[in-house]
Amino acid sequence: MGTLPEPIERLLDAALVGELTVVRADGRPITYPLIPLYDGERIYLTSSALFSRKLDHIRVNPKVALSITDSVAVGGRTDRATIQGDARVIEEDPHGGWERLLPIWERKEPAIVAFLKQRVALPLFFERALIEITPRRAIYWADGDAGSQPEVIDVRRVAA
Amino acid sequence: MRRTPPLDAQAGLRKLAGYPHHVLTWIDDAGYPLSVAVTATIDPEASTAAFEPPAGLAVPADAEVSLTGSHIRPQPGYGYDERRHVTVWGRATAGGDGRLILHGEAAWGWDEQETPFFEYSERSVGQSRRYFDALSAERGTPVKPRLSLGWLTLRATRLPFLSATIVPVVLGIAVAAAHGFFDPLAALLTVVGASLVHLGVNTANDVLDTAQGADDANVTPTKYSGGSRVIQYGLLSLRQMATIAGGLYVAAALIGLVLLATRGSMALLAIGVVGLALSLAYTAPPLKLAYRGLGEITVAVGFGPLMLLGAYVVQSGGSLSWEPFVASIPVAVLVALILYVNEIPDRRGDAHAGKRTLPVRWSPETVVLGWDAAVVAVYAAVVGGVGVGLLPITALLVLVTIPLAKRVHDGLRPNYDNPYGLMAVMAANIQLHLVVGLLLLAAYLVVLVVQAFAPGVPLFLG
Repeated sequence: MGTLPEPIERLLDAALVGELTVVRADGRPITYPLIPLYDGERIYLTSSALFSRKLDHIRVNPKVALSITDSVAVGGRTDRATIQGDARVIEEDPHGGWERLLPIWERKEPAIVAFLKQRVALPLFFERALIEITPRRAIYWADGDAGSQPEVIDVRRVAA
Repeated sequence: MRRTPPLDAQAGLRKLAGYPHHVLTWIDDAGYPLSVAVTATIDPEASTAAFEPPAGLAVPADAEVSLTGSHIRPQPGYGYDERRHVTVWGRATAGGDGRLILHGEAAWGWDEQETPFFEYSERSVGQSRRYFDALSAERGTPVKPRLSLGWLTLRATRLPFLSATIVPVVLGIAVAAAHGFFDPLAALLTVVGASLVHLGVNTANDVLDTAQGADDANVTPTKYSGGSRVIQYGLLSLRQMATIAGGLYVAAALIGLVLLATRGSMALLAIGVVGLALSLAYTAPPLKLAYRGLGEITVAVGFGPLMLLGAYVVQSGGSLSWEPFVASIPVAVLVALILYVNEIPDRRGDAHAGKRTLPVRWSPETVVLGWDAAVVAVYAAVVGGVGVGLLPITALLVLVTIPLAKRVHDGLRPNYDNPYGLMAVMAANIQLHLVVGLLLLAAYLVVLVVQAFAPGVPLFLG
C-alpha cells in the first residue's frame, strides 16, 4: 500500500493529465496541466527548461496542489481528487536525471521513448527538472460531484 | 517575446465556455492551493462565470480565485494530443441565487491548434536560457543543455544538407571521367574539401545570422529551415560556433592549396577564390548577399557551376569545357530552390531582422510562380543541353522527376502559412534536387560504361 488511499492511487496511475497548481509570489494560483507520475510514495511531475517558470514559483513557495478531474484523461473514471502537498525541485542533472521516471512515464505515454530517441530535434524539451510532491492532504470525491461532501484525508496521519 | 497570443478575461471566458467542466482553485487557510471541479455557467459578455459553491469547502470571498479548463484527446498506446488549456482569474462574490460569481480580470492559456507545440517551444527558448543562467549562478559553474557529440555535430553543421555539395562535385568528377580525366585521390580530396567548405558555410551562416538577429527573431524554425539553432539553444556559444566555422574553412583551404599545388591551375585558383568570397559574402557584412535578395543566386552559383567546374578542373588539370557548365545548371537551380522554399517559413523572422530574401520581398503567388518558372528552366536546360549535344541522351532520365516537382508545386500554396505543414513540401523539394543530381550522375555512368564496352554507340546528339 502506498502513501495515498487506494482510489486516489488508482486515479494517479490512470491519469494522462492532472492540473498542478502552484502559488505565484503575489499569491495568485497558477495551474498547469501536466502528466503525473506516482511511485507509491510521492508524486512526480517533470518540467522542461522551456516551461520552467513554475519551478521559480515552487522555489519561492513549495505549497502546491495536484487535481485529477478530467474523466477523459483517466479512462472514463468519474471520481475526482485533489492532493495538496509540499513540492521540491530536483535538478541536479536536467539532462538525464529525470529519466529514472521514464518507465512510469512510458506506461502512460508510450510515444515518449520514441520522442526521446529524436532528442536532437527538440533538445531543450528533454532538459527537464523533476517536481517531487510529498502529499500532505487529499480531498476525494467518490462521485466526482463538487456538490457532495468530499472525503478529506490527512496523508501525514495515514503515513504515520 | 510573447509565448502565447494575448488573452483578456472576456476572451478567456469565451474559451472556458467550451470546456465540459472547470477547475476552481483558490488558496486555502493553510496556504495550499485547493482545486475542485465545478461546472460554471459562463457569460463572456458580462465577463462572469457562475457556479455552485462546493460542499464542505469554503471559497474565500475576498481573495482571487481561478477557473481552469483543460483538454486532451487520449491516443491509446501512444499518448495524447489536442492539448489546450485556459485559466481565468478574478474575485468570487456571492450571487443572489446562492451561487458564486467569478468576475473575470485576467486570463492565460495555450491551444496547440493556435500556437503549434514547436512554435510554442521556440517562443519559450528565452525561458530556458534564464533557467540555465539561474542554475549556473546558483552552482557557480556553467550548467548548459547538452547533446551527445554525434548529434551535436550533426545538428551544428547541418550535416544532412551535405548532399547539396556531394551531388555536384561527384557529377563534375563523372563528367571529367567521361572526358578521359580521372584521379581517384584528387577526387576524394575534392569531395572532402568541398564538403568542408559547405559545413563552414553552414556554421558561419549561423554565427552571422545570430549576430545580426535573424535566427533569434525566427520562432518557426523547422528541421529544414531556420538554421541549426545550437547557439539559440545554448548548446554551443557564438564563439565556439565561430571557432568551428573557422576550423572548417582552414581545413578546406589546406585541401584547396594541396590541389592547387598539384594541379597548378589558374582556373582552379579563380574558382576557389570566388567560391570562398561568395561563401563569406553570403551573410557577412558589408555585402550580406542573403539579406539583399541575392542569397538564392549566390547559392546557385556556389553549389552549381563553381562546385561542378571546380571538381572538373581538378580532374582535367586546368582545362575547362561547356559540358560541365551545362550539367551544373539543373543542380544549381534546384539547390537555390531548396533555399528559396526553406525561406518561406523563415520570412517573418527574416523580415524582422532586415534579411530581405525573395519570399520576404514577394507575394506568395509570385513566390510560387518563381518556383514554377525555375523548375521549368531546369527541365528546359536538360532537354536543351541534350538537343545541342552538350548533355548525353541519358540525361533525359531527369524528366521522370516531373511528378515529384508537381508534388512540390501542389503543396506550396496550401501550406504557405503553415511551417509545419510545409515540412513535407520542403522534404520533397530537397529530394527533387537529390534525385535530379543522382539521375544526371547515372546518365554519366551509363556514358562511362558505354565508352568502355560499346564505344561506337552514340550517346550525344549532333
